[in-house]
Amino acid sequence: MNRTSGPRIAIARALAASVLVVSALPAGAERLVSSLSSHIIQITSNFTGVELVLFGIVENDQATPPRSSGYDIVATVTGPRQSVVTRHKERMFGIWINAESQNFVEVPSYLEVLSTRPFESIASAETLRRQHIGIANALLPQQNESDIADAIPNDQFRQAFVRIKRERNLYGEVANGVTFLTPTLYRASISVPAEAPIGTYDVDIKLFADGAVIARTNSAFEIKTVGFESFIVSAAVNYGLAYGVVTAMMAVMTGWFASIVFRRD
Amino acid sequence: MEIYLPIADLPVNIFLVLAMGLAVGFVSGLFGIGGGFLMTPLLIFIGISPAVAVATVSTHIAASSFSGAVTYWRRRAIDLTLALMLLAGGIVGTVSGVWLFTALRGLGQLDITIGLSYVLLLGSVGAMMVIEGLRAMLRARQGKPVELRRPGSHTWIHGLPLKFRFKQSKIYVSAIPVCVIGLIMGFIGAIMGIGGGFLLVPMLIYFLRVPTNVVIGTSMVLTLVTMASATILHAATNHLVDAVLALILMVGGVTGAQFGARAGQKMRSERLRLLLGILVLAVGSRFAFDLVVAPADLYSIRTIEDAP
Repeated sequence: MNRTSGPRIAIARALAASVLVVSALPAGAERLVSSLSSHIIQITSNFTGVELVLFGIVENDQATPPRSSGYDIVATVTGPRQSVVTRHKERMFGIWINAESQNFVEVPSYLEVLSTRPFESIASAETLRRQHIGIANALLPQQNESDIADAIPNDQFRQAFVRIKRERNLYGEVANGVTFLTPTLYRASISVPAEAPIGTYDVDIKLFADGAVIARTNSAFEIKTVGFESFIVSAAVNYGLAYGVVTAMMAVMTGWFASIVFRRD
Repeated sequence: MEIYLPIADLPVNIFLVLAMGLAVGFVSGLFGIGGGFLMTPLLIFIGISPAVAVATVSTHIAASSFSGAVTYWRRRAIDLTLALMLLAGGIVGTVSGVWLFTALRGLGQLDITIGLSYVLLLGSVGAMMVIEGLRAMLRARQGKPVELRRPGSHTWIHGLPLKFRFKQSKIYVSAIPVCVIGLIMGFIGAIMGIGGGFLLVPMLIYFLRVPTNVVIGTSMVLTLVTMASATILHAATNHLVDAVLALILMVGGVTGAQFGARAGQKMRSERLRLLLGILVLAVGSRFAFDLVVAPADLYSIRTIEDAP
């Protein structure tokens, strides 16, 4: 199910490494260090969603004085990518049928943007757009004929897609989701609903000061099935025929058992 | 208590699913049907994807029809010859149904086809059953004998060649309509994801004049075989059968079916048919309602399952 997670993690690591180099440049004397309370979420039979804690510090180079304007942090959590079809119903011959549809290609199954303050007070609209901050600025490419392009933010299919995702708590923005416990120590809590798919979730953390990104770091966590659930999933996917035969036998056995238990004559 | 379903990939309340299994099981035992036409919409309603719902319900129906079939077998209320002949047609029907299913899915109009088929089929069959049931009850009230098997009422079906004598059912009919009925059942079952017992029972009664006491057990044998093979096929090709969900449904289903079967014994057959007719009509109307009434949300999203 997460065939692409390997290379993606590698890319994420490479990115993180390059960002560390960039953030060490004199332009920004700050370095961002962060970690998650857990990197592997195991889905067991009583899984009803999970709450993760993201925490970290802003490391300041001794030579530079701390900025008077203070820091802002925006953390973007992106779930495994999926292609999703969004359909619009129209009335035809008195019945409502799916008429127009749009395919969203490789869009995040889960997207949560946590920040210290509302985005507009962190940076200019232009910066937010360039940094893909917030759901409105997220890349949600649609398939149009043969080419794939991101639609304008007020596209009706894009709006409907985001609205449905928000209703299911799969997409969201929390304007005070990141809090500074001390001027340099920050903390955020990420909530993942049970409906979120299994796979790798990337966490991208950006440090803002004076309306610009001055440091950046990445982290990731994985949601996966373990034990019995994992066994069922792998059996169903890898040994479909045997799984089917066993399930059908289980059905017959259950039926037979019931007829014995409830036998009266 | 919430339990996580590995294939459906979402948590459900175990007692809710168990109760659904019990309720549908009771209905299936009462009328001698699989109950797929009730269970599939119920599962979709609690948030399980239609594909997983259809595949998993076939497992549930296999269990409840086996439990029922064993009970009827003990009572010698199964016509095995008739069941085997129905199965021969059923297999051909299933294969062609699956083919059409795949073709419609490619065209992106599968959902509307399923919706319309439910409305048309359940609506017409339900209406016919209600009218027939009311007529039979009226006749009984007026003191006239209940005419189920009029010796002289031979239709064109009885004029067909290749006649077979089905000893258990005490009927002498051509093999052609038997195979055709099996074929229709297999075809409809594959398209709509239902066992089709509610359709098969009246078909066997009206067209072949199979006596009521044999018809339910025989239909259960056909349902058992088609649904067990559907389970294996769905698991082997689409990996969509959720064994955990199926097990919960089954346990509720077989338990409910036992009580339903007992309740059914105490009721008069024409009243049973009227009740089933009303139920079928209600489900059909529910689908019609969904098609006609403006949906709360004009937009819907669905993840495109990437081929494994």
